[in-house]
Amino acid sequence: MNTKEYSSEQIFKLLSEIPDPEIPVINIIELGILREVKFVDEVCVVVITPTYTGCPAMKVIEDDIKIKLKEIGIDKVKVELVLSPAWTTDWISDTAKEKLRAYGIAPPDHTSVDKKVLLGKARDLKCPLCGSKNTEMISQFGSTACKALYRCLDCKEPFDYFKCL
Amino acid sequence: MTLQEAKFEYLLRLGDSSLIIGHRLSEWCGHGPILEEDIALINIALDFVGNATSILAYAGQVEGKGRNEDDLAFMRGEREFRNLLITEQPNGDYANTIARQFLFDTYMFYLYEELKSSKDETIAAIAVKSHKEITYHLRHTSEWMLRLGDGTVESHERLQNGLNDLWMFTSEMFDMDEVDAVLIKDGIVPDLNKIKASWEKRVHEVLAEATLQIPTTTFKQKGSKEGKHTEHLGFLLAEMQYVHRAYPGAKW
Ligand SMILES: [Zn+2]
Repeated sequence: MNTKEYSSEQIFKLLSEIPDPEIPVINIIELGILREVKFVDEVCVVVITPTYTGCPAMKVIEDDIKIKLKEIGIDKVKVELVLSPAWTTDWISDTAKEKLRAYGIAPPDHTSVDKKVLLGKARDLKCPLCGSKNTEMISQFGSTACKALYRCLDCKEPFDYFKCL
Repeated sequence: MTLQEAKFEYLLRLGDSSLIIGHRLSEWCGHGPILEEDIALINIALDFVGNATSILAYAGQVEGKGRNEDDLAFMRGEREFRNLLITEQPNGDYANTIARQFLFDTYMFYLYEELKSSKDETIAAIAVKSHKEITYHLRHTSEWMLRLGDGTVESHERLQNGLNDLWMFTSEMFDMDEVDAVLIKDGIVPDLNKIKASWEKRVHEVLAEATLQIPTTTFKQKGSKEGKHTEHLGFLLAEMQYVHRAYPGAKW
């Protein structure tokens, strides 16, 4: 059908309009979930990678991609899930980190899972609301698989932290 | 035993252990001792079910009989499951769940660390991904071991009881058979003796810090690697598989 009218680059760009279902202020490219778009025998193959292996948002993202492509007349779509290379918070762009902060989620502040994780030392995080570093972790596990729960001891607000992976 | 047969069998051991412990943890949903723990346990359960999905999907491909991850999870009977016995043990009280999780997380942490360099690309990819998540799980359960073990008289006693009850299920984690031998030869899986040494070291360290005693039980319960389970697995499967079997092929 229309597949020949679009280049894979154009489609990649178009898919940047799809927000993450759980954090709608950033899109699936900024989050590093969308890896590649290619055409294989008239089929538009979209490669995505999960943040966490059990992330329930992946199915929603797959559906969103298919709907988006259908809108421009592309019906033959295959969404492929790849695990390697493993997703890391390092792929979240700086602009996306700023958007997270503005949304009230403290962005990942470190590269990958750092060694301290096993030793149980919580890091000093800046409150995304007031900027204070006087914060503490409430729980390593938060509202979604990718987040931990913190609270600010100055402005007293709880906040999510996008934990490093 | 062919390489393909060994690989399929090994993948069931990995995938089933994750699936069953994930299901056990999910039973805490809405029953956690505090809200944060409720959320934590369900997050961890989700990681395990996600890991099981990836591994069982690959197991289906390796087997080559057209079974997918759902067929393997929901359409096999108890004797066809290969999960470690410790993973199917009931939750008990919270201390018991923490004891079970700590013993298993430690095992999984070291096992997956080795699987990251598996010669099988798919196993290596899954291991890299899962190991990052397991690191968080182990941190969480280690912290609770310290809090409960070195906590009140009551919490210490409950945790010690949990450890004592579960100890007999730990030795089979490191049992090896022909499946392991075939795969070790090709660099696909590690020698479990290596995992055992790391596991013992860490478990002993954490127990010491948490003022807990290493259980003295010498009895070793095994059987999962041949599909022989404790009486608890059948009940768990009955609940887990019911909907899928009552409405075969149903689509949401
Ligand atoms: Zn604040």
